[in-house]
Amino acid sequence: MIRALSFISLFIIWQIGAWLSDPRRLPGPFIVAETFIGEAQSGALLTHLLATTLRVSAAFLLAMSLGTAIGYMMGRIKTIDRLLDPWTVVLLNIPALVVIVLSYIWFGLTETAAIGAVALNKLPNVIITIREGARSLSHEFEDLATVFNFSMMNRLRHIIIPQLGPYIAATMRTGLSLVWKLVLIVELLGRSNGIGFQINLAFQLFDMRLLLAYALPFIAFMLIIETFLVQPFEQRVSRWRSNDS
Amino acid sequence: MTLDVSIDAKNFVSDYNRSKRVLNKIYFRLADGEVCAILGPSGCGKTTLMRIIAGLDKDFTGDVTYPKHWRLGAVFQEPRLLPWRSVSDNLKISTPPEQEAYCAKLVEVFGLNNHLDFFPRQLSLGLARRVALVRALAVKPDILLLDEPFVSLDKQLTHDLITELSKIIDASHITTLLVTHDIDEAIILSDRLYLLSKTTPATIQEVFDANSPRQSLSSEFTRLLKQKILVALSKEQINERDEEG
Repeated sequence: MIRALSFISLFIIWQIGAWLSDPRRLPGPFIVAETFIGEAQSGALLTHLLATTLRVSAAFLLAMSLGTAIGYMMGRIKTIDRLLDPWTVVLLNIPALVVIVLSYIWFGLTETAAIGAVALNKLPNVIITIREGARSLSHEFEDLATVFNFSMMNRLRHIIIPQLGPYIAATMRTGLSLVWKLVLIVELLGRSNGIGFQINLAFQLFDMRLLLAYALPFIAFMLIIETFLVQPFEQRVSRWRSNDS
Repeated sequence: MTLDVSIDAKNFVSDYNRSKRVLNKIYFRLADGEVCAILGPSGCGKTTLMRIIAGLDKDFTGDVTYPKHWRLGAVFQEPRLLPWRSVSDNLKISTPPEQEAYCAKLVEVFGLNNHLDFFPRQLSLGLARRVALVRALAVKPDILLLDEPFVSLDKQLTHDLITELSKIIDASHITTLLVTHDIDEAIILSDRLYLLSKTTPATIQEVFDANSPRQSLSSEFTRLLKQKILVALSKEQINERDEEG
């Protein structure tokens, strides 16, 4: 209820702002909605939304799987941690834009370069969070698995993943928001489709209606994913900690 | 077929690389189906000894041998149930599929039928310890290791659990090693008692033959045995004081 009121108030402020300012600078919500419907009917919105969503999914999955595997090994094996820690720190401190531009220069304006650059930007965050999770794995439960002769699969399913779950959920949450913002930048700099590309086009044409008609639905789409996929996952993996389950 | 424990020395190396011997010359043998107790004060190295026998600590000089096909079951000092799994899942994970019916029978014997859907944090300590016992027995172990399994429980519950446990151990002919600081527990449950010295490194100070068949705590035999153990303990305390003096 409070969330709904908050959204409604945002729309009211937006409309008032539009009345008070130049409509070319800030078009009102109804004008943006008109453009949105037009783009949706032509099929362009769906095409660009799909392209961006696929890039977000690919980069996110790549960063999560690679980062989880590397982070886990760094948390468990000291030699690997010592070996890869400097690289992680370097990656963590390189500005995202530098990685994206370098990737485009070295590998060309390709899909692989775009997705790889986004994944590489997210990778150190995943590594660091999962490494902390792996470091805090309980030795007691490992002993239990040894004594009761758990198979590798059972160890992973019942001992390791449940303990890493909250760390994976945390990094998923921060990861998704970072990845989709970066995907818009790679699209803006070197792709010929996607929401980022359309935003760039709207910027060059100084078409605020088009810009908002593409940006807002995508933000809403990401919010839906966050609310209906990421948050339930987080609640599920942390359920055993709460008092009411 | 026997369980042979032959530990020449076990050193504990601190974070500052200082080595301290905690166990010294511990040799004993458990025949098939025999129940032995290791009795000693808190902190004397009983759990370390148990970890060595369970194969969780391999950093010692000596050998622990038993037939390869023997299955191990263990109850740790704390119930050590997986907090993210229900009681039912905790039992299912460690129970071999062919022993599921037997596990269900144990659940009934230990009065856990109404708690199968509970999560470990919803259980009292007494119930959690019962689940840990069922988990260890459900694997149909050939060797059962019990590390202070009744600590912090009231006398009546301890007595009830020991009674049930004794019946199962005798019926299934399980070679059992109990580690405890409680003289009563050791006397009622075991056929033989090893008294560990209080000094560091701990070694076997004295061996007592307990009652076989087991008798109640109020019997003349157990009363005299308890007296003998208490005398041995006080002798050690006097020797210790003399050495300090």
